[in-house]
Amino acid sequence: MIAPSQTHAAYDSKIEGNVVITKIDAAINWMRKNSLWPMPMGLACCAIELMATGASRYDISRFGAEVFRFSPRQSDVMIVSGTVTYKMALAVKRIWDQMPEPKWCIAMGACASSGGMYRSYAVLQGIDQLIPVDVYISGCPPRPEALLEGLMRLQRKIEGEHSLLDQKHQLVDQLS
Amino acid sequence: MNAQQMVEALKQKFGEALIGTKNHLGEHTISVKLESVKALLKYCRDELNFDYLVDISSVDHFETEPRFEMVYELYGYGHHQHLRVKSPVSEDESVPTVSDIWPTANWHEREVYDMMGITFDGHPDLRRILMWEGYPFYPLRKDFPLAGKPSEMPDVAFTGIAPLEGGPFVTSPGTCGTVEAEPRAKRFEQ
Repeated sequence: MIAPSQTHAAYDSKIEGNVVITKIDAAINWMRKNSLWPMPMGLACCAIELMATGASRYDISRFGAEVFRFSPRQSDVMIVSGTVTYKMALAVKRIWDQMPEPKWCIAMGACASSGGMYRSYAVLQGIDQLIPVDVYISGCPPRPEALLEGLMRLQRKIEGEHSLLDQKHQLVDQLS
Repeated sequence: MNAQQMVEALKQKFGEALIGTKNHLGEHTISVKLESVKALLKYCRDELNFDYLVDISSVDHFETEPRFEMVYELYGYGHHQHLRVKSPVSEDESVPTVSDIWPTANWHEREVYDMMGITFDGHPDLRRILMWEGYPFYPLRKDFPLAGKPSEMPDVAFTGIAPLEGGPFVTSPGTCGTVEAEPRAKRFEQ
């Protein structure tokens, strides 16, 4: 357990009192990273490990990601777990397009990252040929701990985002 | 009746249409000409009680004429015997469907059509099953590369060439055979 005084990402009301002054970016990123609702694109064997991570022993719910929303409209991060065949690839892309911003993608396992062991006529060699991937997790399948490490790495990436600046850019783009 | 006797019965009934039979370690294979394969398979199900079609597969010999070969694996729950029926098919011939004999043949024949390009007469729904409709190639033919060929069908699917980096990744046997490499094999001999 990291003591609240040693990290910028925790809040202890006994120390800081009931009024917190912070940057909007820090607050927004804290909220986003601690409630990443996954859209499980469970295509093959990695999906079993994804289910194991969601079960009680490895408990992805500790990280706020228990709510596996199978609707892309309600989810934040798409965990592509399993072999992406060319036949399924456009469906994955369509679901990715339906997810609202902010969204992230985790490529779980060897097949989603790079086509895995399947160098063949039917397998897309990595989902990053179609959608932007934030975290790649290697393994065949990766252990649940590895998936949790990948999720934590994504959380660290989100911590460092300039959310307010991005939203300002989007507002300016919309207005112009 | 065991499989050997069944093969004998088939030889008696379909004598002229048979190309050959083989028995390898208890696995009985019978090779028939294409015109009689459906009649023989119907006889297998009705008279010899092979009520389970285990698999339909196809082989691309590529250099020989006829090019392809259909392979039917049969099994009977009552007598617990397996039988393999093979039939050579050339590139322009189409095979009579057995989906009216065993309904499971429906999807197996669709897979053979998808992967090899062999068409089936009388099939109720002959379309691709693994690749998508409109995919221009037959992937399991010998002249199709493992890495695939690029194709584009907007809104449906696309394919690319997989980087093989000098593969396919097969292991070569090396200088010593398995007897030297695996000491347990030697110990068993003694």
